[in-house]
Amino acid sequence: MSDEFDYKIEAKAADATTADASAPPIDYVPPAERPEQELYHSKSWWTTYVFSQDAKYIGVQYTCVATAIAVVGLILSLMMRTQLAFPGLNVLDPSTYYQFVTMHGMIMVVFFLTALFLGGFGNLLIPLMCGARDMVFPYVNMLSFWIFVLAILLLVSSFFVPGGPTGAGWTLYPPQAITVGTPGNLWGMVMMLASLVFFVIGFTMGGLNYVITVLQARARGMTLMRLPLSVWGIFVATVLALLAFPALLVGGIMLLLDAVLGTSFFMPEMISMGEKLSTEGGSPILFQHLFWFFGHPEVYIVALPAFGIVSDLISVHARRNLFGYRMMVWAIVAIAALSFIVWAHHMYVAGMRPWFGYFFATTTLIIAVPTAIKVYNWVLTLWRGNIRLTVPMLFTLAFIITFLNGGITGLFLGNVAIDVPLSDTYFVVAHFHMVMGIAPVLVVFGAVYHWFPLVTGRMLDEGLGKIHFWITFVGTYMIYTPMYYQGFLGVPRRYFEMYESSYASTVGLNVFITVAALIVGLSQLIFFYNIINSARAGKKAKKNPWDANSLEWQTPEMPPKHGNWGNELPVVYRWPYDFGVPGIDKDYIPQNVSPSQVSGAKADKT
Amino acid sequence: MKNFFKLISQKPWESSQAQIDNKHDGKTLGLSREKLGVRTVMVVSTVIFSFFVVAYADRMLIHDWKSMPEPWLLWINTIILMISSYVFHKTKIASDLNDYEKIKKGLFMVGFLTFAFLLGQSIVWYQLLKLGYFASTNVANAFFYLLTTIHGLHLLGGLIFWGLATSKLLKGNYKISNMQRTIELCAIYWHFLLFVWLILFGLMLFT
Repeated sequence: MSDEFDYKIEAKAADATTADASAPPIDYVPPAERPEQELYHSKSWWTTYVFSQDAKYIGVQYTCVATAIAVVGLILSLMMRTQLAFPGLNVLDPSTYYQFVTMHGMIMVVFFLTALFLGGFGNLLIPLMCGARDMVFPYVNMLSFWIFVLAILLLVSSFFVPGGPTGAGWTLYPPQAITVGTPGNLWGMVMMLASLVFFVIGFTMGGLNYVITVLQARARGMTLMRLPLSVWGIFVATVLALLAFPALLVGGIMLLLDAVLGTSFFMPEMISMGEKLSTEGGSPILFQHLFWFFGHPEVYIVALPAFGIVSDLISVHARRNLFGYRMMVWAIVAIAALSFIVWAHHMYVAGMRPWFGYFFATTTLIIAVPTAIKVYNWVLTLWRGNIRLTVPMLFTLAFIITFLNGGITGLFLGNVAIDVPLSDTYFVVAHFHMVMGIAPVLVVFGAVYHWFPLVTGRMLDEGLGKIHFWITFVGTYMIYTPMYYQGFLGVPRRYFEMYESSYASTVGLNVFITVAALIVGLSQLIFFYNIINSARAGKKAKKNPWDANSLEWQTPEMPPKHGNWGNELPVVYRWPYDFGVPGIDKDYIPQNVSPSQVSGAKADKT
Repeated sequence: MKNFFKLISQKPWESSQAQIDNKHDGKTLGLSREKLGVRTVMVVSTVIFSFFVVAYADRMLIHDWKSMPEPWLLWINTIILMISSYVFHKTKIASDLNDYEKIKKGLFMVGFLTFAFLLGQSIVWYQLLKLGYFASTNVANAFFYLLTTIHGLHLLGGLIFWGLATSKLLKGNYKISNMQRTIELCAIYWHFLLFVWLILFGLMLFT
């Protein structure tokens, strides 16, 4: 009742403003006070296609390189799965198994997901969604990408150094990481740490761009609260990364010195191979704190952009304004802030004072509150929406379910008493793969299907997309649901073979998981085929193919040209979620449509 | 902080808020992007140095810690760095007045002093190594070499921008407003690194 009443008053008020002729017209915009950004125009082939300074192009470069290294990571994981299911084949020996575990983890978390979400989608979407011509420091942006490439090359070259890549686990815990007996304890470690140091330096350069572009280079009328949530997610994740990566950098540098110069920052007094080492007094726990002070925010560095992108995809493909936009922004900010005080929940089994564990268990459970708000809001956005089951929407819906079950198992593990028995089992493997492996990757797929026309001007094939979706979605459940069960049985992770143990009974399950993993892995070929084929000969996309509101689809040409906006920068008049506004014929109003062009529109109550 | 809470409680979908938002010029802070860039870099560097300080504070509590001597040359280096920061401040004032000769002299002086500081630090290293204070002998030594290196690398990074500014000044192809901005930002960065050095030096002196 009262809602209807308010609605009438507001409609009247809107009429009153249009009727008042003496007031400035409703689309009045003050003249631009900022000078136009000077753009770098490339002159040679090298500066156009290799050392490009165009953020869109750099975004695509980042995406391609990150995906290429992810394929390496995927192949490593499939080989590990084959070893686990068929130990008789002797695909891997124990050392190689550990090396593959380590490289798979590090590649997927840092070099694939972080680089893809921030470097790839950040570069592609931030300038376009903010209505800027480019990033604020295009040259630094270009350097950032090439330092990332250098980091990748160092990482890959560690496969070819004496001793092979490090086999210390992606957490690189000292002392074992740099002690004789661990595979790749010297050169593998050196290459890994050098690669990480360069990654952090390169990322900081990129992050500088993302943050300052979002803050200072938006189009006129684009307030922070009118930004699409994708930009909010990437922006807050970048801030998080700028504050968290230094911890990895510091830990990495000191560990590097321990490995190369024999210092004892982290190396305690110890006996190795029957001989006393020269190190003494170092604190391995200090490294764990530094690592996880980076490591936990890292989860949200990956998750927040995924959250943001999902929010936009849901809104566009359900033709519904996003439920609780402000709450979504608050949740992103709250999750980011909380993510800095939960790190020690990764260290429950390292031995800590119970009160310390109690504190971190509490903060861990608190972080579930803003996360749950987000999930509720996504679901409520779907409520009475005009849902279009496009491929991006399918991936988005799959993300919500997957994130939910990955997240809820996280609540189990957040409690010390449950974590201690489960922490060394496959339960943890299933949990983190669901929550920060599969869930973000589903978002990546959804985002690729959604924004592919923006990059190439062509649509990806729907039919192949749906086949790819169902195999990937159902397949991942085939992989990880049995792992939860194995975890409850107590099957230990990190073992390369179960031998004649009491866990040998799960060998059949292991075979099942491996077959499923191989199928999912191979089905990604459909995706790559779709990408290559559609980029060449796909259906031409019309302008704004998804009828979206955000600015990236409103460029004069599609795909956007260098400088994005032609002669005139866009002017923004509304938030990006004006879907199904009553009183006009289309069900969406892009952000740069002025009120006079849609004068019949009535304010929508939320 | 108050502004931030005000910002995130806006309701962008309401027509009254839309009227206000339409007038927004798309900039959040009244700062140039370069200045904001330098500030962001300083924040990240502060975080890096803070982690080193935390690691230092944690590690020094363990029994094997043996403090190392502070050679008197470190005091001289500190004074040199202070002077370079002061000269940079003077250069900034000269650049505001667009006094070409003074800017040139100032930039040369800053470069000389900064290189002198870095050279001085290397001599301290040499002296300590000759006395047998190796990084592997005690972790206190390792921290000394580590912290001076990281600080020195920051200075070298600053010197790149100093070099660009100086070469532009000598070639004469610059806009005075750009030059003023570069000098101001470099000066801020130098003051920041002086501040960091004083904290690191103090930490090593008193522990």
